[in-house]
Amino acid sequence: MPHDTAAIDALLPLPPATFHILVAVAKEDRHGYAIIQDVEQRTDGQLRLSAGTLYRSIQRMLEQGLLRETRDRPAPELDDERRRYYRITPFGEAVAIAEARRMSELVKMARAQGLVLSKA
Amino acid sequence: MRYYSALLHLFPASFRLEYGREMSAIQGARLREATDPSERLKLWVETTIDMIMNASRVHWDVFRQDLRYSLRTLARSPGFALTAILVTGLGIGANTAAFSVADFVLIRPLPYRDADQLVKIWEGPADNSGNGRNEVSPALFQDWKTNTRSFASMGAYYNKSVNLVGQGDPLRLETAVVTNELLPILGVQPLKGRMFGQSETGDASSVILSYSLWKSAFGGDESIVGRKLIIDGSPRAVVGVMPQDFHYPSRNVALWMPMTTQEMSDPDITNTYWYVLARLRPGVTHDRANAEMHGIATRLRQQHPAELEETGFAVDRLRDEFSRQSRLLLLALCGAAGCVLLIACANLANLLLARALVRRRELLVRSALGAGRERLVRQSVTESFVLAILGGVVGVGIAYVSLPLLTRLVPTTLPIAQSPTIDPKIIVFAGLLTLITGVGFGVLPAWRSSGKLDLGGLRDGARAGGGRREHARTALVIGEVMASVVLLISAGLLMRALLHLQDTDPGFRTANVLTLRTDLPSPKYDRTVRKAEFYDAVLSQVRAINGVSSAAYTTGLPMVMTGGIWKVVPEGQTPQPGTAASSRFVTPDYFKTMSIPLRSGRDVRDDDDMNKPLAAVVSESFVKEFLPGREPIGSRFNFNSLKLSIVGVVGDVKVRGVEQTSEPQVYMPYKQYPDSQGLFYSPKDLVIRSSLPAATLVPAIRQIVHRVDPEQPISNIKPLAEVRSDATAARSVQVRVLVAFAAIAFILAAIGIHGLLSFSVSSRQHEIGVRMALGAQREDIVRMIMGQAAILAAAGVIPGLLIAYAAGRSMQSLLAGVQPADAVTFIAAGALCVIMTLVGSLLPTMRAVRVDPATAFRADV
Repeated sequence: MPHDTAAIDALLPLPPATFHILVAVAKEDRHGYAIIQDVEQRTDGQLRLSAGTLYRSIQRMLEQGLLRETRDRPAPELDDERRRYYRITPFGEAVAIAEARRMSELVKMARAQGLVLSKA
Repeated sequence: MRYYSALLHLFPASFRLEYGREMSAIQGARLREATDPSERLKLWVETTIDMIMNASRVHWDVFRQDLRYSLRTLARSPGFALTAILVTGLGIGANTAAFSVADFVLIRPLPYRDADQLVKIWEGPADNSGNGRNEVSPALFQDWKTNTRSFASMGAYYNKSVNLVGQGDPLRLETAVVTNELLPILGVQPLKGRMFGQSETGDASSVILSYSLWKSAFGGDESIVGRKLIIDGSPRAVVGVMPQDFHYPSRNVALWMPMTTQEMSDPDITNTYWYVLARLRPGVTHDRANAEMHGIATRLRQQHPAELEETGFAVDRLRDEFSRQSRLLLLALCGAAGCVLLIACANLANLLLARALVRRRELLVRSALGAGRERLVRQSVTESFVLAILGGVVGVGIAYVSLPLLTRLVPTTLPIAQSPTIDPKIIVFAGLLTLITGVGFGVLPAWRSSGKLDLGGLRDGARAGGGRREHARTALVIGEVMASVVLLISAGLLMRALLHLQDTDPGFRTANVLTLRTDLPSPKYDRTVRKAEFYDAVLSQVRAINGVSSAAYTTGLPMVMTGGIWKVVPEGQTPQPGTAASSRFVTPDYFKTMSIPLRSGRDVRDDDDMNKPLAAVVSESFVKEFLPGREPIGSRFNFNSLKLSIVGVVGDVKVRGVEQTSEPQVYMPYKQYPDSQGLFYSPKDLVIRSSLPAATLVPAIRQIVHRVDPEQPISNIKPLAEVRSDATAARSVQVRVLVAFAAIAFILAAIGIHGLLSFSVSSRQHEIGVRMALGAQREDIVRMIMGQAAILAAAGVIPGLLIAYAAGRSMQSLLAGVQPADAVTFIAAGALCVIMTLVGSLLPTMRAVRVDPATAFRADV
């Protein structure tokens, strides 16, 4: 689904927490605590989102249409009744892709100037 | 975990309800991971900081969201938004401007050291009744100074104009001639040089410059001290320069000169022309100083029964040195501004209540959809906040625009340089008041309608009236009508007083008369013969100008020179207390030029000189008071030791202005001016009656004066009409301001009536429809709505009239003879209120008449 590029650009650059949350829910629906754990694992424990930052970000992302709450529940044995699950929206995906592209452009530019070592 | 719940309360309730449980769960998991007490402590510290940061960001997000929503809803009802903003702006603006001026004049301390210890001492009536202030004679001053203990220091001064030559064009400057004590009493140090009396050789021919003269005439010359200036033809050495913000006794004094020994030792205790300033000794109260002065005045009356029989004293705080009238008018102004603010707040409250009723459905729908009470209340607060801020901006704009007008209310007698500026404290105060009003009346409805899920409200539709709130709104509108009646009548009474004063015959005709001043300097013109040569030369050439019908010189214009009061003793009588008249020396044609009618006898003549008996032309009131039943022409009297015989009688002139009672007048021929008199009473004001415009006349006169004496400056060029209107200028500004306030109140009250009726019509649409369906005629509907309007108006007008009468009585001294129950004013105000009611109810009535019964039924099905 094509998205209004102006709407996407208006959100860029994304706050780091927002980008990480989008990445965390990119492949599967997750609840809040699962997002925190996913981010922590993927960053090797470098980034540990606080509950406040997480839900403040989630609230804003819901308003911006990057996420939605989902009623589809995972298999009952994995489900936790008390928890809300979040799913990335197509718009959220488009924004995440745009942000990733933006960052890789930056890396490319830096590399062209010899500022980044290529992987050994 | 209880601590964590407390931290969660930092967040808005809606956020807490939504995510609180999950956040607590995550925190619980974290705590389980942290086993070590030091790790736990670290976790809690981090969590606390994190929660505070995030909570404030969430609040900010919500505020921004509400702000956007408010701006959108306000933009959707621009009528409401504009009215509310304008109403708030008028209230804030009127108050900010009025209270800024009042604070400036009445409250702020004067710019002198310990200014509350400074007092002015006057001659007053013997009974110390507090009314009437007269200048003090040097002899009396010396007596007070030697014999009082209450004052740390006492000084005196008088005002004088001098000519300064040698700095480009000749300059005419206002000067204060001061005793050595005067400047130190004020506790201000000179910027350069020194004060008087600090030199062993004496200061007889020295001068101190004001900062503005030093800058304007001498370009701020650093080596000014010691320089010689030519003032009134004789050299004076500059001994000092005063600082920039120093002004005493008034803003336009450019020089200070020392009193001469001769002036200080004048033994004549009735020669009153000094102003006395004193500083109370620390710890001495105003009352104690008064008591001491009382004793001294009593002794002085016994010592000088003939001269001081009627003389007492008066001690006034320097701060209070402007008329009680000015103070009363300023207070009236503040009262009016307060009224406007109250009306504005009432109106805002009314608007918000009406809107809350209209939006009741919206609020109910939103709360039914799950918006919590807290969100709805918060939304309302934000909206009121937006209205108050926008209103505040408009208000400050209004205050800025109106301040220059209000600045003219600052009495010129106050020695303050700057003009009043807008006081931020007052803006904040007025803003807070409207904010409280806005929030109070904006939030309550939201709170109530969201408190219980009253689905009846949804069913009611637009028919919902909300009886209790209707009562509150009715009371507010009645209050508005009442306040606007009070303001209308007060403004009306003052306007009548002003018209009355402007209509009062001053005793002379102002049309086509131009006035200007050539103040002749001493010692060049000390001798009367020398002065007469100047007048004769100037007048003969001025009269020769084509278009000039007559011209003459006088000691001082009426209403400008109000003093010069001398004692009168008719021949063959013993001196009586309180017999005085105002004195003037004039050239021939003065009465003709001013159109003062000659009743009998003759004008003064060119040949009334020192070789003839001293002549006088007196006013009709002089004859009535001093020579009742006698033939005035040829009668003789003593006038301040001059023996005069009356040659003519002229009409009376209101020398002290139209508001005061004036003494009888005595005019003496210019060639009989006593050489010993000094220059104070010498003719200096030239009056010219001509058909020429000032633009052609003034250059011609300038040339003439320059030809006669190239060193003689000209000043105070003014049409006589302006001299006359200046006398009531402050009053007319005040009346204009008050009328503006009354107009604002009037419009606000009309808006109030309109709003209430509109709402009542739209909520009674159904009822009106039913009535019409049942056969009610349009006239019945009109009668119903107009009846409601009439009851509203009457309920406000009747108590308003009573309060207005009370207000009128309290400012009776400002009314110049107009009665506080002035019928014309009351009838006019009543008529205006009828118009206000009609205008306010016009649109709602029309809407009611156009109700279509069928639609009214259908609307809510």
